[in-house]
Amino acid sequence: MRVELSVNGTDHVVDHVWGLESLLTLLREHLGLRGSKNACEQGECGSCSVFLDGELVCSCLVAAGQANGVQIVTIEGLGNDGPLEPVQQAFLDTGAVQCGFCTPGMVVATYALLDRHAQPDELTVREELSGNLCRCTGYQKILDAVNRAAAAKCPT
Amino acid sequence: MRDEITLGQRAVVHRAVSWEEALVRRAQDPDLVPICGGTDLMVDINFNRSRPASLLDLTAIPEIRDWSLSDEGQTVRIGAGVSYTRIVAELSVHCPALAMAARTVGSPQIRNRGTVAGNLATASPAGDAHPPLLATGARVEVASARGERLVDIDDFFLGPKRSALASDELIRAVLIPVVRGPQQFAKIGPRNAMVIATVSFAVALDVVAGTVGTGVGSAGPTPFRSPEAEQFAADRLDGHWDTPGSADSGVLREFGRLVAAAASPIDDVRGTADYRRHALSVLAARCLGWAWSERPMEQAA
Repeated sequence: MRVELSVNGTDHVVDHVWGLESLLTLLREHLGLRGSKNACEQGECGSCSVFLDGELVCSCLVAAGQANGVQIVTIEGLGNDGPLEPVQQAFLDTGAVQCGFCTPGMVVATYALLDRHAQPDELTVREELSGNLCRCTGYQKILDAVNRAAAAKCPT
Repeated sequence: MRDEITLGQRAVVHRAVSWEEALVRRAQDPDLVPICGGTDLMVDINFNRSRPASLLDLTAIPEIRDWSLSDEGQTVRIGAGVSYTRIVAELSVHCPALAMAARTVGSPQIRNRGTVAGNLATASPAGDAHPPLLATGARVEVASARGERLVDIDDFFLGPKRSALASDELIRAVLIPVVRGPQQFAKIGPRNAMVIATVSFAVALDVVAGTVGTGVGSAGPTPFRSPEAEQFAADRLDGHWDTPGSADSGVLREFGRLVAAAASPIDDVRGTADYRRHALSVLAARCLGWAWSERPMEQAA
């Protein structure tokens, strides 16, 4: 089947999409956007997190055909070739990256978090990132990164 | 029986853009499997446990996207496409127990997609929305090309992942009485986020009718109520609805014991039957205690 959607501001027409494949497969295999990771395929780990019409979702749990006509923003759409965005810079500065596999999902989820809560307290951060697993268990640095990004985005 | 694998090879997604179109397609093709948030169904598909011939996508249907008040403000009608995130944000005053349960569902990503109607359609004994729906006496609005009907929540669950939904029917909305007294929900699992309930419990006090509603999850083949515990609590509250104060600990213990006695849990990967009974008695007693302490409470307008 054919799926027409916008990804990171660019319109795409994707043919030969299987009706039971996920949006994650469409992004990675059809469009070559490999930033969103495929880990658990059951919505447990958050490493495939993307924005679908502005909402944070696990792209592994969206059927690709459901994405007809929607706007997707992936990890690739959050940065640019210029200086890093505050969230990305904060993950680098704090060493919130170990093996790196969870990082794209963590960064996307952090954008969603800071969008909803400009100055989140620790419980809010933990709850908002509860759908993202870091199997290296590097959570403290990730929490530090979120705080640093919040301060950089919203200096008091 | 046709081979599911063969069927699935040619699968496509039909994106219904109106409720009428969804009903017609469902009537025409019984092999179409409805999908909304996909948080249950896509897991089964990704793991090859399910190979639908094709999918019927409900996310583009405007008629099921919102909730509204009906019956002169006495009932909340939640459209089948309303996400848990919206229930948490918008319905914590009208449906406190459901909003509390919604907040424990999965993670932000899951709550952004998952729906109460999807929870009902899956009809897992562990569904987080079920105990509040049972405790508050919800009704399920289902429809097919043949017509519409309302199913009492007490008649909805037939067995593990089996419901009263016919093969050509879709859930259009869930009808919940607007809060009539304190409500509570509690759930136990290995961590706070992303857990399927080991057991869960909801209680809803109705200060107008003088009744107590209960709902239990993950402690039997279906979610269920405990009529004995409900009657016991209502009898103890009789004449005291307007008297502030906390409940007697003996009453709470007996309430918990009656709720646990109604359970028929199993040993499985999430917990043993004995643990479930014990945890359920504790959760039920706590929930009733919290709700009791919230009285007297002004009725929501």
